[in-house]
Amino acid sequence: MRIRVVDIAKEFGRTGALRGVSLAIEDGELIALLGPSGSGKTTLLRVIAGLEAPNAGRVYFGEEDATALPVQKRRIGFVFQNYALFKHMSVRDNIAYGLHVLRGAARPSGTAIRKRVDELLDLMQLSGLGDRRPWQLSGGQQQRVALARALAVDPAVLLLDEPFGALDARVRKDLRRWLRQLHERTGHTTVFVTHDQEEALELADRVAILNSGKIEQVGSADEVYDNPASAFVMSFIGDTSSIPVAFDGARASYGGEPFEAPFEGHRHGPGRLYVRPRDIAIAPPQPGLLVGRVAKVHRTAAGRRAQIAIGDSETIVEAEIGIDQPLHEGERVGVRLLKVKAFAE
Amino acid sequence: MRFRQQSALPGFGLAFGYTLFYLGFIVLLPLAALVAEAAGLGLRGLWAAATEPRAVAALRISFGLALAAAAVDSMFGALIAWVLTRYRFPGRRLLDAAVDLPFALPTAVAGIALATLYAPNGWIGGMLAGLGIKVAFTPAGIFIALVFVALPFTVRTVQPLIAEIDRSVEEASATLGASRWQTIRRIIVPMLAPAMLTGFALAFARAVSEYGSVIFIAGNLPYVSEIAPVLIVIRLEEFNVRGATAIAVIMLALAFAILLAINAIQSWGRRRFGHA
Amino acid sequence: MPEPPTQPRRPAAVTTERPGVRALLIAAVVVFLALFLILPVVVVFAEALRKGVWVYFATFRDPDAQSALRLTLTVAAIAVPLNTLFGIAASWAIAKFAFRGKTLLITLIDLPFSISPVISGLIYVLLFGAQGLFGPWLAAHGIKIIFALPGIVLATVFVTFPFVARELIPLMQEQGNTDEEAALTLGAGGLRAFLTVTLPNVRWGLLYGVLLCNARAMGEFGAVSVVSGHIRGFTNTLPLHVEILYNEYNFAAAFATASSLTVLALVTLVVKTLLEIHYGEALARPART
Repeated sequence: MRIRVVDIAKEFGRTGALRGVSLAIEDGELIALLGPSGSGKTTLLRVIAGLEAPNAGRVYFGEEDATALPVQKRRIGFVFQNYALFKHMSVRDNIAYGLHVLRGAARPSGTAIRKRVDELLDLMQLSGLGDRRPWQLSGGQQQRVALARALAVDPAVLLLDEPFGALDARVRKDLRRWLRQLHERTGHTTVFVTHDQEEALELADRVAILNSGKIEQVGSADEVYDNPASAFVMSFIGDTSSIPVAFDGARASYGGEPFEAPFEGHRHGPGRLYVRPRDIAIAPPQPGLLVGRVAKVHRTAAGRRAQIAIGDSETIVEAEIGIDQPLHEGERVGVRLLKVKAFAE
Repeated sequence: MRFRQQSALPGFGLAFGYTLFYLGFIVLLPLAALVAEAAGLGLRGLWAAATEPRAVAALRISFGLALAAAAVDSMFGALIAWVLTRYRFPGRRLLDAAVDLPFALPTAVAGIALATLYAPNGWIGGMLAGLGIKVAFTPAGIFIALVFVALPFTVRTVQPLIAEIDRSVEEASATLGASRWQTIRRIIVPMLAPAMLTGFALAFARAVSEYGSVIFIAGNLPYVSEIAPVLIVIRLEEFNVRGATAIAVIMLALAFAILLAINAIQSWGRRRFGHA
Repeated sequence: MPEPPTQPRRPAAVTTERPGVRALLIAAVVVFLALFLILPVVVVFAEALRKGVWVYFATFRDPDAQSALRLTLTVAAIAVPLNTLFGIAASWAIAKFAFRGKTLLITLIDLPFSISPVISGLIYVLLFGAQGLFGPWLAAHGIKIIFALPGIVLATVFVTFPFVARELIPLMQEQGNTDEEAALTLGAGGLRAFLTVTLPNVRWGLLYGVLLCNARAMGEFGAVSVVSGHIRGFTNTLPLHVEILYNEYNFAAAFATASSLTVLALVTLVVKTLLEIHYGEALARPART
């Protein structure tokens, strides 16, 4: 099912949670809504679901204008961060709920419902737990029940609101992988909200990055990582260091001193250069390079990093260095930027 | 396990000792006297006094009307609790405070007010008399008084639960296609059921014991509109302490049974919902 | 780790009833409460003032009314402090310590709520009445408990002793021991910790409990009716006086007297509401009324 939102605006009181958001979601796509707290990503998800009504704009499910359609009729599956399982029902009854509330001819027979629940228990690797109560299950299991419940009515689109937010890091990783496999098997159009960029980049076909109620960029993981559309996207995705510079055509200067900065296009006036730790090389200090002092060298899971204070020590850049690279704190070094992006702020 | 876990805080001995002394003197001693008196009657004496026709009638009237009043209060109580907790409207706080009126108002005051209100020349009694309905001095009057007296119990037991309902569960139900009515019936009511039952039991216990609010509106005709507590007082005035004690013992036995039932309901509720 | 909450969101419209249904339900509730709860209170004042303001105030000049008032105040002045002391002691023991039999203790404290007030009076008659356990001994020593002040005090104490305890126990339990333990580590003795840490923490619950206890102590009818003997001018409390006036068809005086008790009840409710508005968290609401 293709989903389109056009110019959605939503306010709570006087704070605008969404300001003119438009997005097109392809059929069968797994797309992540990524952004910091307060960016509006959950609000957008809830508008798509029909749990919130937008103040302006339209929502399309396929060709149909669904803006005024109540949530019950949208055929969505929604998974909440805190699972929202029905505590007074067994796992079976939870999963079967959407089928039980169907009315008249649409409602399948008891046997058919039972069969469907068994299928889903299998799919979710919850076989044998059907008669338990939700609180008897672990967090990861409960979330899988919530997912099964959402899938039971064969929804047109699956919406997940920070589905792994309440789980341990380890369980989160496992479920992430598992969700991707599930998606490949079932092929539902899936939209999920997260503030964890690693999760978004690992799972999603495309990522929509939101900030303060607006979409900053939509693209694949490679696109948003390698070609960020704005300073916000660049600093939100992956680690970044930023250097305040003055642009003059194709050249940049820091503290009055020009240096090598391979950015695209021509710019004028003040701005910032953004660079990833991997794209910095440490060299002996020389003219044409930024020069600074090594402030700190520390170990990371992947290797080593050095923090270098440029120029008058106010700007710190972080560079990846080899495990064996001899670098001492206090040493004066030159910083070569291999790849940078330039933005106005 | 020893009697008490060690604690850094002092004063347990003093506080606990005083508590036990107080309870012993004020509560246990008099209750022991009751038990002794009942024992003195012997099981047969108790049974004879309890099955005496007027006592049976009084107990039947007390329990029957209390049951009906508690049932009505349970239903309206849940509705009132829902409206007061979930909706915002002018005067809500005032109404919420008003629910405690039967609890704060002296029973005698409530009694004469209700009697006057429902008397044939009263504001409501007068209107009903026009329709040929008599309330004061009939069992119907007792019923009205009991509904008044027991209402706070049914509202206040359910209110905290309604306030704690996780809205995302209601949203989940909606996303799964349930209409609002289905959500209420399948999700919300089962969640509130233990509290509603507890409220019913508490309301029933209160209604059965009620005296002051009822005696003015009741009429107190033996076998017709005489409740058990009134009969106890009459027996005392006749210096028939035994008769009074017998009825009292039965009422206490019932109160005890209700307390047990409440505990059972609450552990059932905890089992069903995991943690209550 | 779950991210911090975003700005507070109004509950979604899907989680409430249609506006028409809401309006209907609100109307039903308002009518029910007005009819069953508020109207009786209005009646009290309407009937009290029926014969005019002079007659209203004349009621309180009647000597029997005044002695009833004195007796009621005396009983409350004895019962309420005693019960407050008990409430503080009991809640200290129950809330701050772990020991076996706690549930039994709490059940005992809740007992008066399950017993008919008439029975509450009966048990003291059984103990101290003429035919009672101590009856002969008391008669021999010329001590009157039943049909006299001590009996009334005892019955009132019995009926109202749970109030302060029931307010304080959940409150103290919720607050835990950490504040007191902190005071102890800083060198405070037990009593000092109690006076300077515990009491201030529970002051609003304590106030509310005392108010409730007082309202019930002054308004108690059934239990006192059984032990008092209804001796005019001597063993009639205010509620009993109301009954006498009413049974003599002296309605205006009965309601005038009743109105004073009603004002007390209303004041109690107003204070409770104010306390809840300003100190909501400071008053743990018990699960049962």
